[in-house]
Amino acid sequence: MYAVRNWLIGGVLIGALASAPSICLGKNLPDSIALDSLAQLYEKVKFNHAKHISMVKDCAECHHHTTGTLVEDANCVRCHKNSNETKIVACKGCHSAQPFSAEALREKENNRRLYHQDKPGLKGAYHQNCIGCHAKSGGPTGCKECHPLKKVGEAFYNTGEYAPRQTPGTEKGHGH
Amino acid sequence: MKRRDFLKACMICGAATTLGVTPKKSWGAGSFEGYPDGMGVLVDLTRCVGCRSCEAACNKEQKLPTPDRPFDDPSVFHEKRRPTERAYTVVNKYEPKDGGSPVYRKIQCNHCNEPACLTSCFVNAYTKTKEGAVVYNSKVCVGCRNCMIACPFNVPGYSYSSAFNPVVKKCIFCYETRLKNGKPPACVEICPQEVLTFGHRRELIKIGHERIRETPDKYVDHIYGEKEVGGTGWLYLSSVPFDQVGFDATLGNDPIISNVKEFLGTVPMVLSIWPALFTGFHLLSTRNKNHSDHGHDHSEQEDHKP
Ligand code: SF4
Ligand code: SF4
Repeated sequence: MYAVRNWLIGGVLIGALASAPSICLGKNLPDSIALDSLAQLYEKVKFNHAKHISMVKDCAECHHHTTGTLVEDANCVRCHKNSNETKIVACKGCHSAQPFSAEALREKENNRRLYHQDKPGLKGAYHQNCIGCHAKSGGPTGCKECHPLKKVGEAFYNTGEYAPRQTPGTEKGHGH
Repeated sequence: MKRRDFLKACMICGAATTLGVTPKKSWGAGSFEGYPDGMGVLVDLTRCVGCRSCEAACNKEQKLPTPDRPFDDPSVFHEKRRPTERAYTVVNKYEPKDGGSPVYRKIQCNHCNEPACLTSCFVNAYTKTKEGAVVYNSKVCVGCRNCMIACPFNVPGYSYSSAFNPVVKKCIFCYETRLKNGKPPACVEICPQEVLTFGHRRELIKIGHERIRETPDKYVDHIYGEKEVGGTGWLYLSSVPFDQVGFDATLGNDPIISNVKEFLGTVPMVLSIWPALFTGFHLLSTRNKNHSDHGHDHSEQEDHKP
């Protein structure tokens, strides 16, 4: 009887430990990250890192092989099966904010043997990853749910205060 | 003969006449791959979320008129829109037949390798730049609208803002403000999902095939625009068959000019076609009047030509 109880307690303990990804234990991880690369049109995004860690658990979901966790994607496994943790783990360390600048394209041309020719830029990486997961797990997917517009943003999108005056549909056809 | 075909025939005759006088265009039909360093955009429809940021960015970059509806208003998706002289790019929403999640598709000029608009224009208002953009010079345009009929993607819009200076308007790949300075177009830069990948056309084709190879379950095994009408600068990847998301899957791989060439071989150039040509123009303008009555962006005008 005791044996069974001990076994149960042990199981519960292991379960509790497993709820935090082992790799995160004892690490100095940021709890919150301010994402401000789109701050011209939108309010900053306060990304709750701690909350995402406890929900997602597997660092590789977002950080690929860079945190030293096991990668499962068949494409990545080909090279990163035994990859160790890397020095750079922040998104912006690998995903460029200007992926299509002349310099970025030149660098790609000069680095033809690099496998990762099709690496998304920073904005693409965030959105593809965030929206992809949110759509599956019921997180927010609407633009404004994460990005409330600033006044300049409203002007840019001709919305809110800057919405067109005409009632929709009355000003169709060709320019006047 | 359908009216549209008749108009096309008129247009071709018109082109024949003028070209007979000044033979100035070289056409290596089906062999021209575009300029070696031509740029393009790979559009991955599987990534688009229909946020319409690209429309807003285009509006501001090209200093286009205030839109009818806000750029964050999803009610525009109730109809299938076409690019117009007031909006060089529009995003449409499609419900795939298999009942999967909706697919959004951005439409604009595809910047063809061998642009039918260019070859149909008898005053040479169009230029294909070495960077890959198809640009247009309103100063020489006489407003005949041949290009509007010739374009296989139904792209050029027509501005009536001045009766004395009618101009055709369409996406120019942000040539003046960005492309010629080595910068990506405004829509590419703003797209949150990186639906739009900007780069050398030849590299984009490799990237496109690589995406298909890496995730074969995700994509239809085809890059739309790699071969169609002689190849286009804007290329597309999709998870659903292209004809379900507004693409004309019946266009051949030959540039549109090839048809014109065949036509040229069989039709003697006679001036008697001019009356027919002008009848064509008259019909055209009547047709467009009807259009503005019903609203230019109404779905009556589907993505592909009948
Ligand atoms: S899509 Fe139409 S307007 Fe654009 S380059 Fe091709 S033929 Fe010309
Ligand atoms: S900006 Fe990008 S994601 Fe948004 S509608 Fe345009 S192509 Fe789609």
